[in-house]
Amino acid sequence: MDKSKLLLSTILNSRLLTTGIILFLFVSLFGVVGGWFIDPEMADVGAGYPSQPPSWEHWLGTDQQGRDVLSDLLLGTPQTLKIGLIAAFVGVGIGTIFGFVGGYFGGKIDVLIRLLSDVFMTIPGLLILIVIASLLDIVSTTLLGFVIATFGWMGACRVTRAQVLTMRERAYVQVAKLNGVNDFEIIFKEMLPNLLPFIAASLTGATAGAVLASLGLSALGLGPQNEPSIGLTIYWALHYGALIRELWWWFMPPVVVMILLFLSLFLITAGLDQIANPRLKDKI
Amino acid sequence: MLTFNKSYSILFGKFMSWDYVIKRFLLFLAVIFVAVTINFIIPRLRDTNPIEERLYQLAAQGGVNVSKIKELTAIYEAKYGLDKSVGEQYLNYWNDIFHLDFGWTIADRTPVINEIMRAVPWTIGLLSVATLIAFVVGTVFGALLAWPKTGNFVKYFVPLLMTLSAIPYYLLGIVFIYLFAINWGVLPTAGAFGFGVKPGWTLEMITSVMWHAIMPAASIVLTSIGFWGLGMRGMMITTMGEDYMKFAEYKGLKDWRVFLSYGVRNAMLPQVTGLAISLGTILAGSVLVEVIFAYPGLGNLLYRAITSNDYFLLQGIILFIIVSLGFSLFLIDLVYPLVDPRINLEGGENG
Repeated sequence: MDKSKLLLSTILNSRLLTTGIILFLFVSLFGVVGGWFIDPEMADVGAGYPSQPPSWEHWLGTDQQGRDVLSDLLLGTPQTLKIGLIAAFVGVGIGTIFGFVGGYFGGKIDVLIRLLSDVFMTIPGLLILIVIASLLDIVSTTLLGFVIATFGWMGACRVTRAQVLTMRERAYVQVAKLNGVNDFEIIFKEMLPNLLPFIAASLTGATAGAVLASLGLSALGLGPQNEPSIGLTIYWALHYGALIRELWWWFMPPVVVMILLFLSLFLITAGLDQIANPRLKDKI
Repeated sequence: MLTFNKSYSILFGKFMSWDYVIKRFLLFLAVIFVAVTINFIIPRLRDTNPIEERLYQLAAQGGVNVSKIKELTAIYEAKYGLDKSVGEQYLNYWNDIFHLDFGWTIADRTPVINEIMRAVPWTIGLLSVATLIAFVVGTVFGALLAWPKTGNFVKYFVPLLMTLSAIPYYLLGIVFIYLFAINWGVLPTAGAFGFGVKPGWTLEMITSVMWHAIMPAASIVLTSIGFWGLGMRGMMITTMGEDYMKFAEYKGLKDWRVFLSYGVRNAMLPQVTGLAISLGTILAGSVLVEVIFAYPGLGNLLYRAITSNDYFLLQGIILFIIVSLGFSLFLIDLVYPLVDPRINLEGGENG
């Protein structure tokens, strides 16, 4: 049986997952490919007359400072995605390692890791991020991604730990152990492949969480100010009272793009959950 | 670790598990410790004096006169004992927190704790009402979704619920403000009550408050109904497969009895737990919605602290939220085994 074919058919069989992936690709392509067709200078301050409604020249109009809204959006979407993906990969990476170490080796280190993850779960991450962001200047989207990752590892840690705990007792791991296979090989060859759907679900969940956090921080004016991002667009729109002034072409497009992105990530997470826990199948 | 002795009554047995109580309390202490320590360390990672810097920024905006800055800086430095060793500073910091002394706001030098206390009722009021409505509507709806006799049309609501639950509530808030307040002008744009309405327990004030709360509450309710609905639906489907459901049906009970007393009642417990946690974490949950709607709660106060660089206010609010949140989650942990006897006292073995 061809593994990749099996994987593909599993993915295609899940309607949630396929819809989610298509939507996600749509949003990412909108940002990445769309960015090739525009002149980045159009997103600079003063590229056009301020606060103009959509026209042939500016498809989505211009904002208070004369930026072309569409160009701003096309350049901002990949940055927002980048923050989310960096935070998710770093966070889930850390979480998976912690979960493995705790679940596989147990003992004092496990107690410590569990305490740490419980503490971080209880502390509202966004608030601590607000403190961090308001006192330390976050100048780049990459840095913001890393900062957000410090609050994005607990979910992956819990899931991994719980799975490792059950796997550790399963026959195939026991057999490998009795055959004298070392811990390293057992973890990477026997256990990790079984964890992939869980890790993938954690990744999309963490990406949604990180995008949400970055959007919140940027919308409060605490994100990087020199690189376009969706959160920054929303911040400027709120700052200049775009709502009251009915400049809908300015604040609605970023809202719509974000809603589509969150929806796609939600669908992918739900779809992956179904694959990882087949018992959930009829639940969602 | 916990040895469960069957000769105790269940309640007594749970209640006496000091091991569990102590564990939860230590977790609470650890949360406070980490939060306070982060709040202490971050400002000290900067090599500049944040107090003076912020004050000068304010002065540059023309808000404060310069002679006052030196005075204020001195007050804050003395308060924080910045001439003392880091260890001493840290102990002082803890001492202040125990006395709920979060310093004064930079803008008008009122105690931070007073500002917080003025904002808290608004946040609790708005969020608890919105959470309860979303919980009731979502739970009922979720249960109906899983009930085979509801009729097929409800199926079409599932994608709608999913879509809504994926949207952050403040984004929906932006859409609402534009549509209802600005485009159609049927609801007020912002604030918690109308201009010129005298705060107090008068009919005019109460209706004004409710009128202003409709949109912020609706954006929270609509975006969280999905969470409750989908959760309840999942639990209900599991419950439907249980033997006692068939038993109740074969016994000839009326449909609504089977639905409510056998189905909903048994599927409810995780929902109730979720409700407790949501209510316990209320203070942290509404920052952006309050900002969007200029609602005078904690979230908006936090935003004011950020925009005016009011560092003491900012830290005070955040510590206040984390301490109260940690404490309510601790209380929930203590009450929960009484409500749900199936709860795993070992604590999180199953992830």
